[in-house]
Amino acid sequence: MSVQACGDYAIIGKPVPKKDAWIKVTGEAKYADDLFLAGMLHGKLLRSPHPHAKICHIDATRAEKLPGVRAIVTGKDFPGIKYGNMPQTRDYLPLALDKVRYIGDEVAAVAAIDEEIAEEALELIRVDYEPLPAVFDPEEAVTSGAPQLHDHVANNISAETAFQFGDVAKGFAESDYLQEDLFETQPIKQGMIEPHACIGQWDETGKITLWASKQSPYVVWKQLSMGLGIETSRIRVIQTYVGGGFSGGKQEAMPMDFCAVLLSKKSGRPVKFVHNMDEVLTIGHMRHPMKIWLRTGVKKDGTLLAQHLKIVADGGAYSSIGQLSMYLPGAMLNLPYRVPHVKYEAYRVYTNNGFCGALRGHTIPQVCFARDSQLDLIAEKLGLDPIDIRLKNGLRPGETTPNGFRIGTFGFAECVEKAMEASGWKEKRGKLPRYRGIGMGCGSLVSGARVMGHSASTALVNVHEDGTVALVTGSTDVGQGADTVLSMIAAEVLGVGLEDIRFALVDTDMTPADPGTFSSRVTFWTGNAVKIAAEDARRQLAEIAAEKLKAEIDDIVFRDRQVYVRDDAQRCLRFEDLVRLAQHRLGKVIMGKGSYTSGEALIDFRTGYGNMSPAYTPSACVVEVEVDPETGQVTVTGIWGAHDCGFPLNPMLVKGQVLGATVMGIGQALYENLIRVDGKVMNPSFRDYKMPLTEDMPKLANVGHVNVITNDPSGPFGAKEAGEGAAAGVIAAVANAVYNATGVRFKSLPFSPDKILFALKESDRKAPARYAALHETQAKEK
Amino acid sequence: MKHLSPVALKVNGDPYELLIPPWRTLLEVLREDLSLTGTKRSCQEGQCGACTVLLDGRAIYSCLFLAVEAQGKEILTIEGLARSAGALDPIQKAFVETGAVQCGFCTPGLIMATKSFLDENPAPSEEEVRRATVGHLCRCTGYFQIIEAVLAAARERAGKGAPA
Repeated sequence: MSVQACGDYAIIGKPVPKKDAWIKVTGEAKYADDLFLAGMLHGKLLRSPHPHAKICHIDATRAEKLPGVRAIVTGKDFPGIKYGNMPQTRDYLPLALDKVRYIGDEVAAVAAIDEEIAEEALELIRVDYEPLPAVFDPEEAVTSGAPQLHDHVANNISAETAFQFGDVAKGFAESDYLQEDLFETQPIKQGMIEPHACIGQWDETGKITLWASKQSPYVVWKQLSMGLGIETSRIRVIQTYVGGGFSGGKQEAMPMDFCAVLLSKKSGRPVKFVHNMDEVLTIGHMRHPMKIWLRTGVKKDGTLLAQHLKIVADGGAYSSIGQLSMYLPGAMLNLPYRVPHVKYEAYRVYTNNGFCGALRGHTIPQVCFARDSQLDLIAEKLGLDPIDIRLKNGLRPGETTPNGFRIGTFGFAECVEKAMEASGWKEKRGKLPRYRGIGMGCGSLVSGARVMGHSASTALVNVHEDGTVALVTGSTDVGQGADTVLSMIAAEVLGVGLEDIRFALVDTDMTPADPGTFSSRVTFWTGNAVKIAAEDARRQLAEIAAEKLKAEIDDIVFRDRQVYVRDDAQRCLRFEDLVRLAQHRLGKVIMGKGSYTSGEALIDFRTGYGNMSPAYTPSACVVEVEVDPETGQVTVTGIWGAHDCGFPLNPMLVKGQVLGATVMGIGQALYENLIRVDGKVMNPSFRDYKMPLTEDMPKLANVGHVNVITNDPSGPFGAKEAGEGAAAGVIAAVANAVYNATGVRFKSLPFSPDKILFALKESDRKAPARYAALHETQAKEK
Repeated sequence: MKHLSPVALKVNGDPYELLIPPWRTLLEVLREDLSLTGTKRSCQEGQCGACTVLLDGRAIYSCLFLAVEAQGKEILTIEGLARSAGALDPIQKAFVETGAVQCGFCTPGLIMATKSFLDENPAPSEEEVRRATVGHLCRCTGYFQIIEAVLAAARERAGKGAPA
C-alpha cells in the first residue's frame, strides 16, 4: 500500500511523517507517568466493592498512622458540588459522599511516599457500607419499584430524546414493505495503551497545577473548577504527551485529578496518580451498550420512506455526556441515506454498572451497525443488490435532511463505488465458497459539532526572527496527527517548511481556550483557526514586503522560505530576512491570530432540529471474512474502505486514522466485550479483554484505503473529518460479510465463536437441504 | 525496614550499582531508579508489550522480569538503540517514515521487539512479522503501518533501501 501525494501545494497533501514521531521512537516524548517532580508523593484510590451501597462511616485513622502515608482524602474533604458536562447531567462528585453507585466508584484516596505504602494504606481504611438493592438491566431500572440511583431524577432516566421529522405513520402506510429488527450492542472500552495518569500540585499561593494525559484539557480545567468550587484562574492544566485517547476519562476531570490536587494541598507535596489497567478497564467511560429497535418502510424498488428508531442504552452509574450520546443516534439516522420520515425515541438509563460515555464515533457506530445490517436484510427480501439499495438512497450534495442537516460536499456514491472497486466486490460477491463472505457497511460523521457552551477554536502564530514559527492552539494531539496537520496548514500559508513550525502542547495559562479534541473537530475547526491566524501573520509580512519590493500586497507570494513578487520572482526576500526587517528595523513583532466557529445555532439535544456540523463525511467499508465451522472463529481476510475526508491534508496520517478506526470496528464486531456479572467486570485485563492483534489482521495486499476528494469549501484547504467516520460502517460490514459466508444473521454483538457455532448448528438443523445444495454446487465448481 | 539487595546492572553499555528491594521489576528500576522512561508502563502483566527491552539481545517484558535477574546481562532499552544523537537506528527511521507512530506509547516496545526479531530473522515474510509482533497491543494504527515499518526496516538493514 503506497500513499500518494495530493494537490499542487508545497506542504499540504504530502504524506509526511508525524512531527513528533522522532521523539516518540527514541523514547524522549514525556507522557504523564514519565514525569517525576521533586518530593512527589504517590496516590492511590480506594474503590467501592459494592454496586450500590450507602456509605455509613469511613475510618481512616489506621491508614493515617502507617509510616510513609502523608495525606488521606474522602468525599467530605471536597465541597460536595456536583460537576459534569451540561447542567442537566452534572452528577459526578470527586469522591463518593453518601453512597456508591457501581463497583469501582471512588471512595477515598491516599498519598504516600511510594506506591506500595499507598496501596497498603488503602487496605487499612475501613468503610462501613450498607448495601442497597442494585439494578443492572436498563429495562428493569425504569420500572416502578426499581432501585433509584440518583435523587435528582425519577425512574433512573439519565437522558431522553424524542423527535419526529416528517410523518412516519404516513411513510409506513405508503411503504410496500416493512422490516423490523432488534439489535443489541455490548460495552467496549477505549483500550488506549497508556493508563490515565496525572500529577497535581497545590502551592502556597493557592495556585493549582495539574499535569495530565488529557485530550481535552480545557474540559478538565472547567470541571476541576466546578468540582473544587474554585475559579478557573487559579487552575492550570498542563497537557503531557497523550498515549491514545479515544475519548473517555482523558476527556474529562476524573477522581484521580481532583484527589491529586487536594492531596497536594493537604501534604504540601506534588502527588502523582497512575491507574492500573485493572482500574482503567473497570471504571467508567465505556461505549454504551444498547438495545436498538429499528423499523423501516421501503418501496418495492428499495426507496427508503420511513424509519422509526428506538434505543434503550445502559448508561451506568453516571451521566458523562449522556444527553449528547442519546441525540446522536437519531440525528445520524439522517445520514448517509435519504429518509423522508424519521422518528426517534431514546432513553439513557442509570444502572449500577460502570458508566458510559464517548468512544471513537460516540454512539454512531452502534446505530450504523443496526441500520446497515437491516438494509442488507431489506435488499435480500426485495431481491435487490445491497449496493444498489445504498446508492439509490444515498444523500447528494445540496440536500437538507429532515432534521435540518445541510449537506454540502458529500461523496457518498463515490465512497461506495471506490470501496467496491478496491475490494473486487463484483468478482467476489456470490462467488466465494461456503464459509467465505463479503459485506459492505456505510456510515457518516460530523466534522466537529456545535455543542453547548464554548465551541470556537483559536490559534496564535508567532513568527520568530530566525524564520521559524511557534504555533499555539488549544488543541491536543493524541496521536491522530493534529500537531502535524495544523503545522502543515501554517507552513503552507506562510511558505515555510514543516520543520520550521513548532507545535505547542496545551497549557491553560498560556494557550487559547478551546473546547477540546472530540467529534472529529480539530482539523476542521482548529485547522480553520490556524489558517486564519497564519493568513493574518502573512498579511502583516506582505505589507512590509510590498513596500520593500515595491509591489502590490496581493502580488506577494510566500513559498519555499522565500517572499517574492508574482510573475517576477527575481524581486524577492528570504522569509527570515523579511521577519528581521519587520522586527528589528520597523519594530513590528509578527503575531497572527485567528478564531473559527461554525456559526450554526445550538441544537437542543432533546428535540434535535438543526445543522450540527459545518461538514459531513460519508464512508463505505467492505470486509471479507472466513468462518471456521469447526471453531466458530471469524477471520477477517480483507478490508477496503473509502472515505470522503474532503481533501487529505496528509494522506499518510489519513490512512493511519482510517485503518486504525476500521480495526477498532473489527474489535467491537468480533472480539471485544466488557463482561459484567452483577456489576462486576469479569475481564479487566488485556489478557481477558480481547482487542485485535497483529495476527488477526488481513494481509497487507488485502487492505485498501481510498480517499474520496470533494474539497469542502468551508474546510481548511478543503479538509473534513478523518478520524472517526471510517469506523461507523465497519461493524455492519462484518455482520453482512458473516451473513454472506454462513447464511446466518447476527444481530447481537460481538460475533463471538460461541454464538457463531451455536447459530451454525441451529441453521443446519433447520435448513439442511439448503446447505446440502450449497455443498453440491461448490463441489461442482471445484 | 525493607530488605535491600545490591544489584549491578549494565544498561545501554553503562554500569549501574543499586541497592533495591529484590522484588522490584526491571521496568520499575529502569524507569524509577535510572530515569529511563522511554520504556513504558502499561498493563504490568505481560499482555501489552509496551515495556519490552532486550536482554542479551532477546526481547523480554520488563514488567515481568525482576531486576536482580538481569544482572550479568546486557540490557538494551530504547534510549540505547540510536547509535548516536541525530542518527536513528534503521528500525526507528522506518517507524517514523511509514507512519507507524501515532500516540507512540506502544512504539518503544515494538521497536525493541523488532530489533531482536530482525537480528534473528533479517529477511522475514509478512506472516513472520505478524507473528513476531503479536505480543504487542496498539490501539491507534490497526497495525498495518507497523507491519510495513518492520518490513521496511528489514529491507533497509539489508542495504536494499525502500522499494520504489
